[in-house]
Amino acid sequence: MLRYLVYRVASIVPVLLGVSVVVFLMMKLVPGDPAEAILGPAATTEKIEMVRRSLGLDKPFYIQYFRWLWKVLQGDFGSSIAVNVPVAQLVWPKFWNTVLLAGGSLVVCVVVGLVVGIVSGTRQYSWFDRLGMTSTLILANTPGFWLGLVLMVVFALRLGWFPATGMYSMRAADKTVADLLHHMVLPAITTAAVSAAIIARLVRSSFLDVIRKGFVTALRARGLSERDVILRHGLKNALPPIVNIIGLQVGYLMGGALFTEVVFSWPGIGLQIYSSIVARDLPVVQAAVLVTTFVFVLVNLGTDVIVAALDPRVRRA
Amino acid sequence: MSTAVDLPPLVEVQDLHTHFLLKKKVVRAINGLSFSVGRGEILGIAGESGAGKSVLCLSMLRLVPQPGRIVGGRILFEGKDLLGKSEHEMRGLRGQAISMVFEDPLNSLDPAFTVGDQIGESLMLHKAMTRSAARQKAGELLRLVGIPDPERRLDNYAHELSGGMQQRVMIAVALSCDPALLIADNPTTALDVTIQMQILDLVKQLRDRLGMAVLWITHDLGVVAKLCDRVVIMYAGKVMEAGDVYDVLKRPRHPYTRRLIDALPKLGHPEQRLIPIQGRPPNPADLPEGCPFAPRCYKVTAECRSQAVELVDTGDGRAVRCLHPEE
Amino acid sequence: MSVHERGLVETGQAEPLVAEAEMFRRPSEWWIFWEALSRDRLAVAAGGAILLICLVAVFAPLLSPYDPTVGDNSLRLAPIGTPGHLLGLDGQGRDILSRLIWGGRVSLAIALMPVTVASVLSVALGLIAGFFGGKVDMLIMRTLDVFFAFPAVLLAVAIAGVLGPGMLNVMLSITVVLVPYISRVAYMATVTVKNELFVDQARVCGAGPWQILFHYTLPNTLSPVLVYGTTLVGIMIVLGAGLSFLGLGISPPTPDWGVMCSDGRNFLSVAPHVSAVPGAVLVFVAMSFNLLGDGLRDALDPKLRK
Repeated sequence: MLRYLVYRVASIVPVLLGVSVVVFLMMKLVPGDPAEAILGPAATTEKIEMVRRSLGLDKPFYIQYFRWLWKVLQGDFGSSIAVNVPVAQLVWPKFWNTVLLAGGSLVVCVVVGLVVGIVSGTRQYSWFDRLGMTSTLILANTPGFWLGLVLMVVFALRLGWFPATGMYSMRAADKTVADLLHHMVLPAITTAAVSAAIIARLVRSSFLDVIRKGFVTALRARGLSERDVILRHGLKNALPPIVNIIGLQVGYLMGGALFTEVVFSWPGIGLQIYSSIVARDLPVVQAAVLVTTFVFVLVNLGTDVIVAALDPRVRRA
Repeated sequence: MSTAVDLPPLVEVQDLHTHFLLKKKVVRAINGLSFSVGRGEILGIAGESGAGKSVLCLSMLRLVPQPGRIVGGRILFEGKDLLGKSEHEMRGLRGQAISMVFEDPLNSLDPAFTVGDQIGESLMLHKAMTRSAARQKAGELLRLVGIPDPERRLDNYAHELSGGMQQRVMIAVALSCDPALLIADNPTTALDVTIQMQILDLVKQLRDRLGMAVLWITHDLGVVAKLCDRVVIMYAGKVMEAGDVYDVLKRPRHPYTRRLIDALPKLGHPEQRLIPIQGRPPNPADLPEGCPFAPRCYKVTAECRSQAVELVDTGDGRAVRCLHPEE
Repeated sequence: MSVHERGLVETGQAEPLVAEAEMFRRPSEWWIFWEALSRDRLAVAAGGAILLICLVAVFAPLLSPYDPTVGDNSLRLAPIGTPGHLLGLDGQGRDILSRLIWGGRVSLAIALMPVTVASVLSVALGLIAGFFGGKVDMLIMRTLDVFFAFPAVLLAVAIAGVLGPGMLNVMLSITVVLVPYISRVAYMATVTVKNELFVDQARVCGAGPWQILFHYTLPNTLSPVLVYGTTLVGIMIVLGAGLSFLGLGISPPTPDWGVMCSDGRNFLSVAPHVSAVPGAVLVFVAMSFNLLGDGLRDALDPKLRK
């Protein structure tokens, strides 16, 4: 187990390096010269050259990359073009807001997915199963931004049960946890919906596979109760692919949160990326993508380790 | 024989019928099966594949999967009908008074739990042992079934063991709560012949030491000859012949039994031609009237095909279901 | 006739064997596949729906009742069922049904083109990496692993955002995001085939590497890619619409289902149908591709055939 852990941790280093290279190169894709973009159309060639030198753009690519990487590792992501504050200052608080939203969504999608999946899987062909499978099919194909709009119309605008936008109420005095949760409900459901559907379907099929396996009859022949057979043995066997897919969903949640944040004006990193793209404020986009991806890689690492802990056969690979 | 004739049998199956109710047809897996197992007796149930033998094992534990159902007959265990018991009472018997060993050990052991965990689970459930006491008993059980270095094996997973060892583990699990009856569904088919012999020896020794009765299902008459005290020959969900093992194998009365024995190669007769039985077992969804073996029988007459044949007790501990038995 | 069969004919043993071979001649793989697929009613219905939608998109100029870019301000935000406008009008008085029909072209193209292009690239990459193994394998797969590290949606948004607005940029971005995923499917299929016994047999009979590649490996790689690709089209329709929703795609007034949802955001309380209708269409189309993909997978799976 330890060996697997060390191996897995070591393997993310080259990946993270590769990610940094891709992010760096992505910024180089931007059409047009950045110095010209900063100075505007009236710039003279000398001024452009000066700005380019000050930005280090005259050096070869790999030197630019290493300089940039060095700064990033120290937490310096440069300055935002639009707002003229250090990018880090802009990005970090938003990042935690997204973590909150993603966390809430994760809880929703795992709980709903597991419950619906287990009940459907153990009661195949029942009305619950049919209803569950139809709804998950529809939900899995629903665009997050559209679902958010629909929920907003019905539950916020028409029924008034939940607020339509934002993370907290406008009045500063109301920044309680309850207020936060109240604002989180619709966005979390929106973000979680597709993942919950995917998880439910997978849990169901995983359970069906397990239940059909021979050892289930053998377990019953030992006098174990149905509950023990399903929840103790069935779950442990069905869990590895489930944990795997939950890990995959975290990536989707982080991406899907972007649409939710835009729709509900949730001040997270997704919304930040969106507004920075609109404002062509690319250093911010760069930093946001880098941070989010980094966290995603770590989460995947965690998932793999958990799967290996649950399924002894994986560790051999 | 190792049982006293006047003690009531441990298990008495009377006219058992187990059917599978499919959308367009009914599969009659067991059609009026009757036999008994005495205390401490090893009874073999032999027949070709598809005769309903596995269904019989599941029926005895009332674990027949949907769409199967036991539709008739009685299964008396220690005098009481199992078919009248509640599911709760059955759970109390499974793994305790009656336990089972399956054909494929890899498919009968949970791959996600260690061997020790699984043996211990039964012990903690049925005997209310503590975890440490269960672990210790599990180690003793592994030693009992002949697994070397048992303490280390407790922490192994099923896929880390060889086929023979897996089957021994299965037996250990089955014996953990001192069953009165051990049902074994063809547990040695997947094993090498030498390992198979070891397991058969082991089972005989365990029966001698612990006194449990064994119901051993197989299609291999060689196994029956080596292991069993009595044998029941099964065909199309019915008993065709029953009796003491040596009697039946030396002087078979039913033509089917005769054919089964003829199909076996015999040591020392290299020139012998193997005679397979012509035809195939009947489709349990579409059973013919009269004797089910009639289409393949060398002694068949018109009566055989038209009238139902009863199982006749011929005294001397034997029974035959045939209108024209040998001898 | 194969080499084996020819040899048998020449030595005079062939006649009864060839006759027997005729008796056992199986219907072609294609026929088996079509037969299996046509039995899956849900997949057939989905396929039919997709065909219909594609036809509507292609024949948009003929089928669309109104010009999708011209608005009638007097009828702004008219609800569903307004006479002459089955699905109502949007915030600028444009007929929603017409915009849906024309929008189908863009929304379908955003999904179909990138999946097709990415599939071709990926099959090539997967075949090369899987078949030749060794350093080539490592180089290709490790590079793709880096792209796998990004959350897909995030990467798509970032690339499209950085490149700037425009259909081509969106398609390019989606293609880049898709290549690692499809490549992995192609790669695993290639490796599986490579390790199959029949490839060893073919090699023993003298088949060269290119022959093995094209005759055995390629066809066996195409089926999983086809199945995966079909399901991906459904997902990309949703993602593409999402990118359009964010304003990263086509420029107004060209309609597209994502942009239509975005247009309706300002009128949610008074006229929710402006956003709701295009979204519902998205769900329906995506679901159809999803179901078709499932049907293809089941029809191509040899274990599920009779």
